[in-house]
Amino acid sequence: MKRRNRWMLLGLIPFAIMVFAFQVAPILSMVSSSVHDPKGAGFTFGHYDKIFQSAYYLKAIKNSLLISVFSSLIGIAAGLLCAYSITRFTPKIRDRLLMLSNMTSNFAGVPLAFAYIILLGNNGVFTLLFRQWGWDVFAGFDLYSWSGLVLVYVYFQVPLALLLLYPSFYGIRDQWREAASLLGAGRWQFWRTVGLPMLTPAIFGTLGILFANAMGAYATAYALVGGNYNLLAIRIGSLVAGDVVNQPELGSALAVLLALSTLLAVYLNHRMSKRSQRFTASYASVPARKRERIRLKSRGTRTAEEAGA
Amino acid sequence: MTKPKAGWTHKTFMLLLMVYLLLPLAATFLYGFAKQWQTTVLPEGWTLEWVREMFRDARFLDALWTSLYLCAISVALSLAVMLPAVFVITVYLPKWETFMKGLVVLPYAVPGVVAAVGLIRAYSSGPLDLSGTAYLLIGAYFVVILPYMYQGIRNSLITVSAVELLNSAELLGASRSRAFLTVILPNIWPGVIISTLLSFSVLFGEFVLTNMLVGGHLQTIQVYLYRRVGESGHLASAIAITYFLFILLLSTALMKLGKKMNGVAGR
Repeated sequence: MKRRNRWMLLGLIPFAIMVFAFQVAPILSMVSSSVHDPKGAGFTFGHYDKIFQSAYYLKAIKNSLLISVFSSLIGIAAGLLCAYSITRFTPKIRDRLLMLSNMTSNFAGVPLAFAYIILLGNNGVFTLLFRQWGWDVFAGFDLYSWSGLVLVYVYFQVPLALLLLYPSFYGIRDQWREAASLLGAGRWQFWRTVGLPMLTPAIFGTLGILFANAMGAYATAYALVGGNYNLLAIRIGSLVAGDVVNQPELGSALAVLLALSTLLAVYLNHRMSKRSQRFTASYASVPARKRERIRLKSRGTRTAEEAGA
Repeated sequence: MTKPKAGWTHKTFMLLLMVYLLLPLAATFLYGFAKQWQTTVLPEGWTLEWVREMFRDARFLDALWTSLYLCAISVALSLAVMLPAVFVITVYLPKWETFMKGLVVLPYAVPGVVAAVGLIRAYSSGPLDLSGTAYLLIGAYFVVILPYMYQGIRNSLITVSAVELLNSAELLGASRSRAFLTVILPNIWPGVIISTLLSFSVLFGEFVLTNMLVGGHLQTIQVYLYRRVGESGHLASAIAITYFLFILLLSTALMKLGKKMNGVAGR
């Protein structure tokens, strides 16, 4: 850098201060707190030890992992079907449909939990209707437990999966389909041997994002079940900012574990999207990609790759 | 290439998806205007009572105001800090971009609960006791919108070829700061406005950090909604719908702007 440009670095100082104070320092402080011995000034893995000894916290971790895996898998399956369908529409209709589906993602968190309470809660409209009509198929359904949580989680996973997956369907060229059918492959055989392998990196990458999304989800579960269902994010919240007993060190240790799992999932997404770029980058014409990217961004996709790319 | 044609299978899939996604919204909407809605498919009577009650509730207006000013301050602060920083990095220090990308992905990868734990640990004691104050929340908000702001400003700078613009301005005799203010800034403005609005709507829907950091002291619209859910379902519906319509307006404005931008860039 030229000397006369040196003073330009001044522009970076406020940024560096803010990032250090509110991003780096809190993470460092959390990690150090998680290995801090409350009795002395020493270093200890006691908090982690305690977590892995305690059936209660292990259960929370297990519940969180299970619900994240389940809701991500269901989200991916529904997202794949819908993403394939949506690419069959004309771009104009496709964009409208995507807009509607993205619109609903603003409805996540507390309002979403609330909407489900209205529909399927103890005095929910559908709950009462079904009871009146005598449909006892739904009698076993409880919104405030595992099945209800999965239902609500899937709701915010599907639009995200759809948004992240549909562009990769454009990477599957029609020529390939024609070539495959000329060589005698059926529809199913084409998808099994060409289509799905092509989509695999995108699928795993999206799975990573969905998993991280579900692991970190707090507002929806908190508003829906409060402290009644044992989830990792909720346990952390109540350990650190709860009304009863504050055990910040233990909360920090749990938070470190949660952060590790989401970081790992996002890293998976990063690796996978690098791989899928190899397939798609050469094909898609530039103006279309550009349009795609801008539109995706203006709607605030939460893909880590978008943020990084 | 064959023209995409949607068969009835695809239409059914899309219809199912839309019903699934829009049903909770529709229910909340109806509930907000329903007089009685117990054992029928549609409400038995309609009323504007809940909406009226909502606007009569001083706490609602307070919460709305708190949300608006907290988001506005955070976004303004972020703009003031990020504009020069991203400008310097994109134009003068392109080597740092890889590092910046990593830094900017972090808020995505670190869930809100974890960020809240870190912030509470760092600022609840010691020389900088900010616990429960708006300062802490504004700092947290700054990090939440960091990816959107960085990405938006950086893309705008690259789209308008900031380096070339700057060089030409200097060639024509403009000083560096003048070139930035009169050439670069007006050109990137539309893109910056989009990221500003997007950040605003993200912050408006923020609940985790707000509730954990300042929940007891400051009530934003989300925290208020959470408190009211247990009381009156109809009233809470009216609030949720008002909130949603507001966000919808914001994102429509965003889309319109984005289309306009694309039109300009395409020409």
